[in-house]
Amino acid sequence: MIWVDTIAQGILLGGLYALFASGLSLVFGIMRLVNLAHGDLIVMGAYLILVLVTLLGISPFLAVFIAMPLMFALGWLLQRYLLNRTLGDDILPPLLVTFGLSIALQNALLEGFSADSQRLPTSALTTASVNVGPITLGIMPLLTFGSAVLVIVALNQLFYRTELGRAFRATSDDATTASLMGIKPANIFATATGIAMVIVTIAALYLGLRANFDPNIGPARLIYAFEAVIIGGLGSLWGTLLGGIIIGVAQTVGAAINPEWQILAGHIAFLVVLLVRPRGLFPRAHD
Amino acid sequence: MAYTVTTQTPASRIATILGAITIVVLISLPFFAGRGTIQDMFFILTMLVLAQLWNLLAGYGGLVSIGQQAFVGMGAYAMFGAVILLGFDPVPSILLAGVVALMIAVPTAFFAFRLNGAYFAIGTWVIAEVVRLLVAQWKTLGGGTGTSLPREATSDMWFVAGIEKLLDVRSAAARDILAYWLALALALVTIGGIYWLLRTRRGLALAAVRDNSEAAQSVGVDAVRMKWLVFLTSAFGTGLAGGLIYMQKARISPDAAFSVTDWTAYVIFIVVIGGIGTIEGPIVGVLVFFTLQTLLADFGSWYLMTLGVLAIVIMLVAPRGLWGLLSERTGLHLFPIRRRLTGGKLKPEER
Repeated sequence: MIWVDTIAQGILLGGLYALFASGLSLVFGIMRLVNLAHGDLIVMGAYLILVLVTLLGISPFLAVFIAMPLMFALGWLLQRYLLNRTLGDDILPPLLVTFGLSIALQNALLEGFSADSQRLPTSALTTASVNVGPITLGIMPLLTFGSAVLVIVALNQLFYRTELGRAFRATSDDATTASLMGIKPANIFATATGIAMVIVTIAALYLGLRANFDPNIGPARLIYAFEAVIIGGLGSLWGTLLGGIIIGVAQTVGAAINPEWQILAGHIAFLVVLLVRPRGLFPRAHD
Repeated sequence: MAYTVTTQTPASRIATILGAITIVVLISLPFFAGRGTIQDMFFILTMLVLAQLWNLLAGYGGLVSIGQQAFVGMGAYAMFGAVILLGFDPVPSILLAGVVALMIAVPTAFFAFRLNGAYFAIGTWVIAEVVRLLVAQWKTLGGGTGTSLPREATSDMWFVAGIEKLLDVRSAAARDILAYWLALALALVTIGGIYWLLRTRRGLALAAVRDNSEAAQSVGVDAVRMKWLVFLTSAFGTGLAGGLIYMQKARISPDAAFSVTDWTAYVIFIVVIGGIGTIEGPIVGVLVFFTLQTLLADFGSWYLMTLGVLAIVIMLVAPRGLWGLLSERTGLHLFPIRRRLTGGKLKPEER
């Protein structure tokens, strides 16, 4: 029975990784941009929520709604004035610029908040749990997983049911032709990164509520997010959720065998999938 | 009328002479420089080796790896393993470091080459993490906390007694001088080797693949083989550098030996600031990097932040780096690889 419990915890942990990964997947899907600063932006989001909580004395769940528009604006500006300038056929500029951004951001956070680990203030809710049959599930992990599913449903609705979503898909397929139809790719890209930053803020909330964070943990979050995206197959959001679940389950099972194997087991699961299905479990038809 | 293909330029001939003088000065440096200078030069040279090899990968091969720390760390651990477990001398163990790095480069490439372009970058990073976590499980080499080279191995190291006598220095200083000379040799072989490679047919094929992979394949260049060649060469050299760096440090831990900041971020910044895709670039870059480090050493994280921002600005404003700016303005190439056609039917004034 302990195994059922371990796997259930792993599935719920996968929700967190899917939240990390959705933003990355969205940005890659629309503009083929891999943002190496993604993990550091999540950590920055967590610090932003922490600052709001401390300054205004409000609950993190309330602070996240103030943080979201701020992060949207930041993402919009970042894409419009920095990252758009790196897009093109050459893969070097976007990679090297976002890598520079990652290091700069990490050290700016280190300078501003020191290397001490922080945590968002927890309430009774964060430690509560419910019994589902034979296993006990935490409210926090359930909320995380629920949020991940909601985010993915919302993104799919946005993509396939709205005018903005149509513009996203058109720009992704062919930016030049889309611009002939009155779409401004530069603004579309900026909006997409803005939305990715909103998801990053949600991910940051759960990151900060569930565990300690410090300025140096960004790159590891990037790696988990990346693994989830690749396992799921580029461009498939439900695949990304499944990818997150696979990493999560591998980690909890690995940790149950030997605590030192937790992270390693997640990476191994990723490599196995890469070996068997190089294009992920649900690859898109092209690229 | 016959024509000839040349790559030499007047500037490159002068550079060859100046280069030869520089090499003589560098070789004789331990005879007149203090221990601090030797240690600084060791750092500069080893970073230069790593930068040249990363530049070969990314600048010429188009393979942006963020996993070079896998080869530095694995090389370093192979060297420690050979000394501690097999009782080898540290100096020949450096060669083993290169071989072991090469050995793990094969499965790394096998996995990472399945990922395209940008995803290749994070893929190599994941594999470096896997190697670090596995090495941290290796209890005989200290596990997560690491270990030191045994005193008897470092004191009886090859050549150290000779250097002590030759230069009349103490054993610790002699070890630094030995490491410095080895680093100098490695840097010269690396730069010479890359220059040679780029001037051969393979180098031409490499440039063709970088500029347009499909077009290169259509004229018979095996792009995949070129990628393997570049990746494995770079891993071998990086492993040698890793073994050498940790021979000098004589103390290792997984977090330090597999540090993404020390062995990949710095290296990327050196290449980007100096100028990606040129041999001169990393040389300029490492000098700028060392100057910045000396100036900003007391400011801790501000220093890394400055490097990050500088790399972003250079990538946006001058993607070919400082050397690119200079060579665009002046047409200067110290290591020319461009083949120029001279002679032929046209008279000089018609050209």
